[in-house]
Amino acid sequence: MSFIAMPKPDPEIIARRAEIAAGLRAIVGDEGLIVSEDERRAYETDALTAYRAMPLAVVLPATTGEVSAVLKFLNAQKVPVVARGAGTSLAGGALPSEDAVVLGVSRMSAVLEMNFADRVAVLQSGITNIAISQAVAHEQFFYAPDPSSQLACTIAGNIAMNSGGAHCLKYGVTTNNLLGVKMVMMDGTVLDIGGAALDAGGYDLLGLVCGSEGQLGIVTEATVRILRQAEGARPVLLGFDSAEAAGACVSDIIGHGIVPVAIEYMDRPAIKVCESFAHAGYPLDVEALLIVEVEGSEDEIEAMLARIVEIAGSHGTRTPRIARTEAESLAIWKGRKSAFGAMGRISDYMCMDGTIPTGRLPEVLVKIDAICKGHGLSVANIFHAGDGNLHPLILYNVNDPAELEKAEKAGADILKLCVEVGGCLTGEHGVGIEKRDLMLDQFNETDLHQQQRLKTLFDPRWLLNPAKVFPLEGRLQG
Amino acid sequence: MTANASAKPLAPRDENDVIAAVADARAAGTPLEIVGGATKRTIGRPMQTAATLSVARLSGITLYEPSELVLGAHAGTPLKDIEKELANNRQRLAFEPIDYRGLLASDGEPTVGEPTIGAVAAANLSGPRRIYAGAARDALLGIRMVTGRGEVVKSGGRVMKNVTGYDLVKLSAGSWGTLGVFTEVIFKVLPETHSERTLVFEGLTDASAVASMSAGLGSPFEVTGAAHMAAGIDGPAKTLLRIEGFDEQMVYRSGELKKLLRTFGVPALLADDASRALWLKVRDATFFAGTDEAVWRISVAPSHGAAIGAAATAAGGRVFYDWGGGLVWVAMPAASGDGGAAALRAVLPADGHATLVRAPETLRAAVDVFQPQPPAHAALTRGVKDAFDPDHILNPGRMYAGM
Repeated sequence: MSFIAMPKPDPEIIARRAEIAAGLRAIVGDEGLIVSEDERRAYETDALTAYRAMPLAVVLPATTGEVSAVLKFLNAQKVPVVARGAGTSLAGGALPSEDAVVLGVSRMSAVLEMNFADRVAVLQSGITNIAISQAVAHEQFFYAPDPSSQLACTIAGNIAMNSGGAHCLKYGVTTNNLLGVKMVMMDGTVLDIGGAALDAGGYDLLGLVCGSEGQLGIVTEATVRILRQAEGARPVLLGFDSAEAAGACVSDIIGHGIVPVAIEYMDRPAIKVCESFAHAGYPLDVEALLIVEVEGSEDEIEAMLARIVEIAGSHGTRTPRIARTEAESLAIWKGRKSAFGAMGRISDYMCMDGTIPTGRLPEVLVKIDAICKGHGLSVANIFHAGDGNLHPLILYNVNDPAELEKAEKAGADILKLCVEVGGCLTGEHGVGIEKRDLMLDQFNETDLHQQQRLKTLFDPRWLLNPAKVFPLEGRLQG
Repeated sequence: MTANASAKPLAPRDENDVIAAVADARAAGTPLEIVGGATKRTIGRPMQTAATLSVARLSGITLYEPSELVLGAHAGTPLKDIEKELANNRQRLAFEPIDYRGLLASDGEPTVGEPTIGAVAAANLSGPRRIYAGAARDALLGIRMVTGRGEVVKSGGRVMKNVTGYDLVKLSAGSWGTLGVFTEVIFKVLPETHSERTLVFEGLTDASAVASMSAGLGSPFEVTGAAHMAAGIDGPAKTLLRIEGFDEQMVYRSGELKKLLRTFGVPALLADDASRALWLKVRDATFFAGTDEAVWRISVAPSHGAAIGAAATAAGGRVFYDWGGGLVWVAMPAASGDGGAAALRAVLPADGHATLVRAPETLRAAVDVFQPQPPAHAALTRGVKDAFDPDHILNPGRMYAGM
């Protein structure tokens, strides 16, 4: 097994399993409770599949009231709770433990309100990211953050991890698009934080909750900003002979006062895999590929893309290819958005998520390659170049424990490198268990203790997703 | 102002000095008023502090990478220095922070200092571009602060995307120096736009103005400012919609907006400098400068704005709407006993809030300057304060009584 340790499950809690299940059944009924081993198995891991644990039980409340009653009960029983959206976390954010109850929000997925005059939507938190945009599309509106997993992932999980996406260069990440939440604290208290107004009334508790990885409360409803769709959007594909040239081109585009909606980067191994999957017309004879997307009217798009192509030309781009039709645009994005899935067809991989200052890009890519080679592994890079959020995919065989350990070590080295050059461990996936033990590479104990005081304020017994975010040693707990 | 107004402020030279000053104050149990340029001291409840700690000497840009859109500075760096450096590179703080000096100067105690970048973060300043570019909290990437425990805590960093650990950056933005003393702040910056245009509709009623601004902000033409001044605020009633971008975009987008909004009349078109001058007045609430009225900054969803405007007008107040900033600005007659607090707060929806940004000290002591909170929120607020500043050394009582 792999080397990220989990706390030893509490046998005393496991011994009370039947009693705890009975208490939950009294609140949510049979339809809201999963106890059979077969059905619980679906909840034993998330998208960090190397780690698994069978939860004590899975509870799927249908209302905020039920969530409140469940948490109040489990708080009194001192049972840990792991919140779960769609289980797409790449960081182990939804990984349960054997003495924990998984609380899933999947039965709460309704659109509660769409207000186009105020440009907000109110949703139950189990709604998928894409469903928000679909719900408001008839008025040509959309919800901006667009993680690659947007077909499956929920707004609850997006809020927990402060998720990003390809288009956040222009539109910001979840925290910039979230206006309010209804949140249940571990003692059952239901809080409305924020709302349709833009400013926080006092301390920005909403800003604290967003990205707190299910450790401060369970969000059951969200109020988000919805934006009017641009008249149109089209990408251009720009191929380069080196990472340096691509990186310099990104800097130069921004230096010209152009902030595109998205600037995505792929290296040669990633291009090859994505092209064979999506047939998007990606050039196969280049070392680095940029997908740069701009928005506006037809004329505006043409003018902007012409400017970008001219800038890219000065960095030696070869045969830039502008998407001329909706179908071509979709194909280009299909390749990018299905990149992780396409990679998964050829190999198991571990997806890293560090962010670096964009100026350090070429040097960091060289070092990432060296790190992986040093561990006898290969790597493909697909990431958000505009904001320096890297996603190196370390390829390995999940069924070979020795390879898994090598991959984890290579991953840790890559993330340490990101911190070393002035970046951070995670740009949009969250810490979860995956980066938990690296937190002291980015923070010192004083920094972490200050964060932990807030954990204790919201959840004095540390029952919400307790094994995540902070190293297990040295916690300022209780 | 505060009890210590005449005393010489503590003027730490660096972060270590700040640590020592806070630790001393904590040991002695003597609360500190925290200032940068001291231009916003009159916002908040009056405080009883033993000394003033100024970060003005913690000055200088620490990091500026134009191609990475990031700028960091010591907290006491004058905002004007930063804006100048950004302008040299055709960049800006896109969130358009309000300059309160003009508005607050009428308080009988003119503000003479220079606003600092630390205070931009501490007060979570924003402006009319809020709807498009967010507030300071949205652009603030990283902070270093000395908490009331006398400890340095850092959060965030210098990169655009960072979800490593809890977001203490957002929590401390807008905490008005009550959680920690910022020593360094790092902001995302953006390119200046090449040009701008403002459509000016004259003579609209409040209801028509609201409809026109809603239509504009809900259009695909990227309106970056929307404001309405009823008759008497700035001459005849004026409704403004701003667009920014490259020259060819301005021609196209202003044309499209005119078509979209033709039922509201034919707007005048202001370009570049004329447009900028007008938006400065909206940003800084200049219409209310130089009077003795009590001034409220009210944050609500747009659909509640008209009801608040009506209530304020009925109570004898003057109103303008910075719709893109999500704000209703209200000036209430000086003679009204509570500065209009009861009348305005009575019509606020549960998620709205009204902040009394300008009033004499007696009024600020008598009414809630910041929106009062329900018990569960108040308990968390107090818990947050205690987590950062257990002995209530930093700006005690500025936001809420007793903390």
